[in-house]
Amino acid sequence: MSEFKQTFNSSLGKKLIMALTGLFLCTFIIVHLGGNLLLFSNDNGYGFNLYANFLTHFPPIEVVAYILYVAIIVHALYALILTVKNRRARPVGYAVVNKSPASWSSKNMGLLGSILFFFLVVHMSDFWYKYKFTNDVAFKEYRTDLATNQTTESDYTPVSPTFEHSATVENNVEIVRVKDIHAKVAHSFSNIWYVILYVVAMGALSFHLLHGFQSAFRTLGWVHRKYTPIVEFIGTWLFAVIIPLGFAAMPVVYYFMSLSK
Amino acid sequence: MNLTLKVWRQKNAQTAGKFVTYQAEGISPDMSFLEMLDVVNESLILKNDEPIHFDHDCREGICGMCSLYINGHPHGPKRAITTCQLHMRTFHDGQTITIEPWRAAPFPVIKDLAVDRSAFDRIQQAGGYVSVNTGGVPDANEILIPKVIADEAFNSATCIGCGACVAACKNASAMLFVSAKVSQFALLPQGQPERYSRAQSMVAQMDAEGFGNCTNTGACEAECPKEISLTNISRMNNDYLSAKLFREEHAHENNG
Amino acid sequence: MSLSAKIPEGPLAEKWSKHKFDLKLVNPANKRKYDIIVVGTGLAGASAAASLAELGYNVKAFCFQDSPRRAHSIAAQGGINAAKNYQNDGDSVYRLFYDTIKGGDYRAREANVYRLAEVSVNIIDQCVAQGVPFAREYGGLLDNRSFGGAQVSRTFYARGQTGQQLLLGAYSALNRQIHHGKVKMYTRTEMLDVVVVDGKAQGIITRSLTTGEIDTHTGHAVLLCTGGYGNVFYLSTNAAGSNVTAAWRAHKRGAFFANPCYTQIHPTCIPVTGDHQSKLTLMSESLRNDGRVWAPKTHEIAEQLRKGAIKAAQVGEADRDYFLERKYPSFGNLVPRDVASRNAKEMVDDGRGVGGSGVAVFLDFADAIGRLGKDAVAAKYGNLFDMYYQITDEDPYTQPMRIYPAVHYTMGGLWVDYNLSTNVPGLYALGECNFSDHGANRLGASALMQGLSDGYFVIPFTLGDYLATIGPKPVDVNHPAFAQTKKDVTDYIAKLLALRGTKTVNEYHRELGHIMWEYCGMARTAEGLTKAKGLIQALRADFWKNAIVLGENEEVNASLEKAGRVADFLELGELMVDDALMRNESCGGHFRLESQTPEGEALRDDEHFAFVAAWEYTGDNQPEILNKEALEFEYVHLTQRNYK
Repeated sequence: MSEFKQTFNSSLGKKLIMALTGLFLCTFIIVHLGGNLLLFSNDNGYGFNLYANFLTHFPPIEVVAYILYVAIIVHALYALILTVKNRRARPVGYAVVNKSPASWSSKNMGLLGSILFFFLVVHMSDFWYKYKFTNDVAFKEYRTDLATNQTTESDYTPVSPTFEHSATVENNVEIVRVKDIHAKVAHSFSNIWYVILYVVAMGALSFHLLHGFQSAFRTLGWVHRKYTPIVEFIGTWLFAVIIPLGFAAMPVVYYFMSLSK
Repeated sequence: MNLTLKVWRQKNAQTAGKFVTYQAEGISPDMSFLEMLDVVNESLILKNDEPIHFDHDCREGICGMCSLYINGHPHGPKRAITTCQLHMRTFHDGQTITIEPWRAAPFPVIKDLAVDRSAFDRIQQAGGYVSVNTGGVPDANEILIPKVIADEAFNSATCIGCGACVAACKNASAMLFVSAKVSQFALLPQGQPERYSRAQSMVAQMDAEGFGNCTNTGACEAECPKEISLTNISRMNNDYLSAKLFREEHAHENNG
Repeated sequence: MSLSAKIPEGPLAEKWSKHKFDLKLVNPANKRKYDIIVVGTGLAGASAAASLAELGYNVKAFCFQDSPRRAHSIAAQGGINAAKNYQNDGDSVYRLFYDTIKGGDYRAREANVYRLAEVSVNIIDQCVAQGVPFAREYGGLLDNRSFGGAQVSRTFYARGQTGQQLLLGAYSALNRQIHHGKVKMYTRTEMLDVVVVDGKAQGIITRSLTTGEIDTHTGHAVLLCTGGYGNVFYLSTNAAGSNVTAAWRAHKRGAFFANPCYTQIHPTCIPVTGDHQSKLTLMSESLRNDGRVWAPKTHEIAEQLRKGAIKAAQVGEADRDYFLERKYPSFGNLVPRDVASRNAKEMVDDGRGVGGSGVAVFLDFADAIGRLGKDAVAAKYGNLFDMYYQITDEDPYTQPMRIYPAVHYTMGGLWVDYNLSTNVPGLYALGECNFSDHGANRLGASALMQGLSDGYFVIPFTLGDYLATIGPKPVDVNHPAFAQTKKDVTDYIAKLLALRGTKTVNEYHRELGHIMWEYCGMARTAEGLTKAKGLIQALRADFWKNAIVLGENEEVNASLEKAGRVADFLELGELMVDDALMRNESCGGHFRLESQTPEGEALRDDEHFAFVAAWEYTGDNQPEILNKEALEFEYVHLTQRNYK
C-alpha cells in the first residue's frame, strides 16, 4: 500500500491523477453533449425531460454520476496542490515576464479551470440541485396516443410531495409525468447574464481542452509519431471546437427563441 | 553601440539582491554577450567596483555553464543557442537589456547571476548511468544498435545540463533535463537492465530537490539550446508509470 | 638528476602485458584503507576517479567548475581514434602506434605510444558499454571517419560532440561511484598547492570558490588531471577557466615540467574579429574530410576579397590555390595539424590572406555540397556549420568558411614515467596535464584517446604498485608540511589581494598572450624568444606592482581566481620561451625558423635534440635546471616526416 501512496505522492503520480480524471471528464462531456442535443429537438422538451429523468433515476448511471462528481473534485483539488507546489518551486519571480513561446492555454490552465469550476457550481446548483433536491421544478404530463403517435402536453401537479415521475399506459394512451427541467432551461437561458456566463465558460472549456486533452496523453506517456497527430486532431477539433460550440449554441439559441416569443 | 543594462546584483544566497543599472558603451556587434559583460566588468574593475559575477567556461556552447535570463528568455532571444553563443548583433543601439539569474528554488543564487545547479548532479547520481565497471565489457560491435535508435539516443544525450528548461518553465520543472537522460538509456540496449529502476530513482530525486511539475507547456523545448524534444518527457512518464504500476523493480538502492 | 622513464624490458608489443603482471597488487580488503586525490574531472580525471573507486579505493575528486561534467574535454568535437580495423582498411595497433609517433615528429616515447594504441580498442568497448551513443551504420555497427595524419578511417565519433558524449560517459561512471559513497566530489573547489611530506605527495590545499575557505585534504596519492595550459596565449580554444595553476604549483613543489614549448596550433579555427575577443572557437578537424583549404593565387584577388569588392564564390578555379592539395598530394587536406597551420600562416604572411583582417584562409565546402548534396553535408557537420553561422553571421553553405590557426592543445606538461608518476613519488599526472604520448605534435582524435587510456586503463594498474609499496598507513595530517603549505597558500592569496594598482588582471593576461603568440607561436626565432623572455619578466614584475585585485578571500571572488591563474601563466610563459630557445631545432608544433628544410618543412636535429626536456624549478625568479631524458627508438626509423 505504501508503494501506491509513494507513487501517487510523486510529481508524476499526481499528474497521472490529473490526466486520468481529465480524460474521464472528457468522455463525460461527449455523452453530456449528446444528451443535451435533445434540447434542439422540437418536441416541447419531451425527449429532454425524459433524458434528464433517465439520468437521475437509472441506478448504474447514478453510480457513474457520483464517480463523475468525485473526478471533478479530485481534478480540482490536485490542480490546487500542484499549483501550490509549482509556486513554491519559484519563490522569486522574474522581473521580465517570461517570453518563451508556449501556448496561451497551456500557461493558463489554472485560470481556465477556475472559470470552469465557478461555472460548474452555478450550473449544478441551478439545474442538478434544484432538479434533485427541491420542488422548484414543475411537472409536466405528456400524453401520447399510441395509435396516432400524437403527443399532447399539459402541466401536472403531483398529489404527493414525494412524487418523482410515472409512466403508464391507459386506453392505448401513454401518460408520462416528469419534472419539466426543459422549461427551467428555457427560462434560465432567457437571461442574458446567464447566457454570457455559459458562453464564456464554454470558451474556457475550449481552451482548457485544447491543451488538456493532448497534454493528458503526454502525461500518460502515450506519444507516438503516428498516433500523436490523431490525438492532437481530436483534441483540437472535437474537444476544443465542436463540443464547446455545441454547448454554447444551446443558451444562445434559447436566448434568441425567448426574444422571439 | 551603446546599451543600458539592468543587472541583478546579489552578494550571496543569504542577502537580498536588487537590480543595478549600468551603461555599456562602445559595444561591437561582433562581440558575444559574455564579451560585452567582460567589457563592462573591466570598466567596473578600473573604477574599483565589484565586477558582475556570472558563470561561464567553454564559451562555445557546450559546457552548459553560462546561464543568463536575458529580456525574458533563458540564453537570450535567439533559438537553439547558449548565452555565450549569443552575439550583440542580435540587439540594437540604445536597447535596454535586463539580465537575471535562473529563478528556481532548487537553484539558489550563489552570487549575482550565478546559481547553484548541483541539484542536477544529484539527480544524475541517483541513477543516470549504466552500472558497468571498467574492463570486462564486450566488443563494441557486439552490441548492434539500429541507426535510428542510436541517433535518437544521441539527440537526448546532447543535453548540456545548463538548466534553461527549468528557467523557462513557468513551474520551474526539471522534467526535460531528467527525461533526456532517462530517455538516452531507455532507448539503448545497454540501458535496458536498469531501465525501470533508473526512471524511479531519478524522478524521486527530482521531486526531493523541489522542482515544479510538468504541465506540458513546451517552453522548455522552445528554449533548450540543444533542442531536446518534449517527447523525452512522455517517454519518461511511460517508463515511470509502467515501473510504478505494472513492474516489480525497485529503485536503485544505495549499496551496490 | 637522473631521469628514468621506468620503461619495462622486452619486445614493444609485450611490454605493457608483462609490466601489468610485474606490478604489485593491493589486496581487495586493503584498498579501502587508501585515499586517493583526483584533481580535475575531465576525461582523464573522471575516468580515473571512477575506475579507482570501482576497485575499492576511497577517492576525493575536485573540480573548479560547478559540475564535473563541465570540464573542457566536453568541447572536443571530432572523435576518438582506436585501432579496431572495423573498416578493413589495413589498420592495426602497430599502425596507430606508428602514425602517432610519426605525427608527433619522433619526440614521444615508443613504449608509451604503443601502450596507448594497444588500449585504444578497450576504450571504445568501455564507452559503448556505458551507453555512449557513437555514430552507427544502418546495419547497427559503429561508423568511422578519417582524421589528419592517417590514411585509414579509425576515428569513432558522435556527430560533432564526441568529447561531450565521452565525458558524459565517464561522468556517469563517476556519478555511480559518488552514489555508492566511494567518491566524494568537491565542485567549485580549486587546488592551490600540493603537500609534499618527506619527498612524497600526500595531500593538497584547496580553496572553495564559493566561500573562500582554504582546506587541507590528505591522500596516499595525488592525481593531477588538470588539462593543458593553452590559455597562456590568452586567446585559445580552451575554456575561459582552463589554467595551469595545479600543474604549476606542483612544478614549484618539485615536479619536472617537460617540453613546455610543444604547443599545438589548430589549423581550423574561426579567425579573430577584434581586441574584445575572449576566446577562439575551433571548427573540427573532421571538416577537412570534405572541406578544401584554399587561398587566392594572387595578391590582387586577395586584396579585393579583403575589401569585400568580390566574394569568394566569384573567384574562378584558376585563381584559387588549394595549397595543401598542391604541396601534399597524398595526404592533401588531411595533413597533420602543425603542417596545415604553418601553411595557412605562410599564405597570410605572403599577403594572400582573406577576410576583413586579412588573417584567414578559406575552407570550402562547395565541392562536397555539389557531390553529396546539402542534406548529407548538413547531417555530417550541421552543428559545426550552425556554430560558425552564430559567430560570424555568414552562411557556410553558400560561402566558404574563413579559418585561421589558433592555440588548441599543449603536448608539453608535467614529466611522468611509464607509470604516469611524476618525479615526486605519489604525484601522478594524467591526460593533457602530462607530456607523455604526443611528442611534438598531437594527431587529431588522439587527445580523447589518451585521457581515457590514462584514466581507465593505465592508472588503475600502475597506482596499485606504488600504494602497495608505501602501505596503507593513514596519512599524518599533523605533519608540519600541511600547516606550512596551507600558510604558504594563505600568504600568497593575501599578497594577491593586496594588489590595488591601476591595470586589470585581464590586461596582463592579454599582453602576455600577445607576447607568446608573437614570439613563441607558430614560428620562433632565437632573437624573438630572447626578446620575449625580457618582455615577460618585465610584465611579471609590473603585475606584482600594478595589477588590481578586488574584494576579499571569504567570498565568491572571480577577480582573485583569475589573478592567481594569470600569475602562474606569467611564470610558465618564461619557461616556455626558455624551452623553445633551448630547443634549437624544429619538430612538430615547435617551428624554429633557423631550422627548416629547403621546402620550408620542420627540420629536426635528432643528434642533439632527441630528448625530453624536463625542467626543474629552483626558486622564484631563478633559472630552471634542464634535465634530459633521452628518447630511444628501437622500432621506428627516424625520418624526415613526409606527407607528400
